[in-house]
Amino acid sequence: MQIILAILIGGLFGFVLHRAGAANPQNIINMQRLKDFHLIKVILFAIGFSSLILFLLLSLGLIDEGHISVKTSYIGVLIGGAIFGLGFAIGGYCPGTCLVGAGGGRKDALFFILGGLLGALLFTLSYGFLKSTFLFDKIAGGKTTLADTGVSKFPALIDGIPSIVVAGIIAIAFMLIAWKLPTSYKGKT
Amino acid sequence: MEKQWSWIKGGLVLGAVFLIAVWLVKPIGVSTQFVIFDGIVWNIFSDDLIKENKNAKEGYSSTNPYLDKSGGKYAKNIANPLNYSFIFVVSMLLGGVLSALLQKLKLSEKNRVAPEVWRNRFGNEPAKRYLYAFIGGVLVLYGARLAGGCTSGHMMSGMMQSSLSGYLFALCVFIISIPVAMFLYKTPRN
Repeated sequence: MQIILAILIGGLFGFVLHRAGAANPQNIINMQRLKDFHLIKVILFAIGFSSLILFLLLSLGLIDEGHISVKTSYIGVLIGGAIFGLGFAIGGYCPGTCLVGAGGGRKDALFFILGGLLGALLFTLSYGFLKSTFLFDKIAGGKTTLADTGVSKFPALIDGIPSIVVAGIIAIAFMLIAWKLPTSYKGKT
Repeated sequence: MEKQWSWIKGGLVLGAVFLIAVWLVKPIGVSTQFVIFDGIVWNIFSDDLIKENKNAKEGYSSTNPYLDKSGGKYAKNIANPLNYSFIFVVSMLLGGVLSALLQKLKLSEKNRVAPEVWRNRFGNEPAKRYLYAFIGGVLVLYGARLAGGCTSGHMMSGMMQSSLSGYLFALCVFIISIPVAMFLYKTPRN
């Protein structure tokens, strides 16, 4: 059953990323150059919309709390994010969109994947040296969220206000920004 | 040229996929599977990389500290590649194949090699684009593993759950990628 779900949801995710233009490096690079807001509008709207429904379902008890999985905040998130940002600008893909781009027939995406496999291997080999350094020092308690998920192992920064209000305000702000950003682009490649 | 959905359609459907994933299974993540793929290949050529270990939480251990962490979680997935997360990521590629096949507009040969914004700045030499894409891939996956997630796991799934780590990751990615892209793809014609 898990494998069938993996094929269905993974396949759907790849299909949707492709159709949304997210696996097109032209869109990714022009988003970073602030020349074309198509993709950032897609991303902001998707985050806002999914977050609003997720916290609604959480507050109604309709989502299995075991499915919520918050990642730890630590120094490596900041430095890793910066290294990622450098490669993201140079390569024009991210780990998911290079797979979808390659599936869609992009040859440069194949080379990005090969580089990615090397980068992942280099990290796997260097982890033993890095694991006891400051890179893995936690920030703000580790697995912290802004709005309370209701799961006690994930502390919330903003408490005292119902989480649906906190998450709802953030979500609506994201969707409003997505809506208000101009579409300077007509789908040309 | 690719016909793409409007931003609102793309955002709604993409958001729905992230919700379906967390509702039925768990939040979407991608970059870990590059490590798992490396481990599967490495394990073919190694006799002692991954071992069954009854004392480990997940039942497997590794001589590599990264593959051994979290009670041998990665080691277990390397020993059993037919697991949810790995099949999910392989299926993403197939989803891209399917979408492209069902599309009437086909990618031009030029766009298969490099996007227009790239060719305007660096020319039409494929080898140069492939080299830059390769270097980009090395940096992106090294950074993603150091950060513990990527655009899917940190930015989308993370910010959906209002994780602080997702916000920190997104901030650091764009603080670097925006000025680098502006500088790198600056063309005299623009």
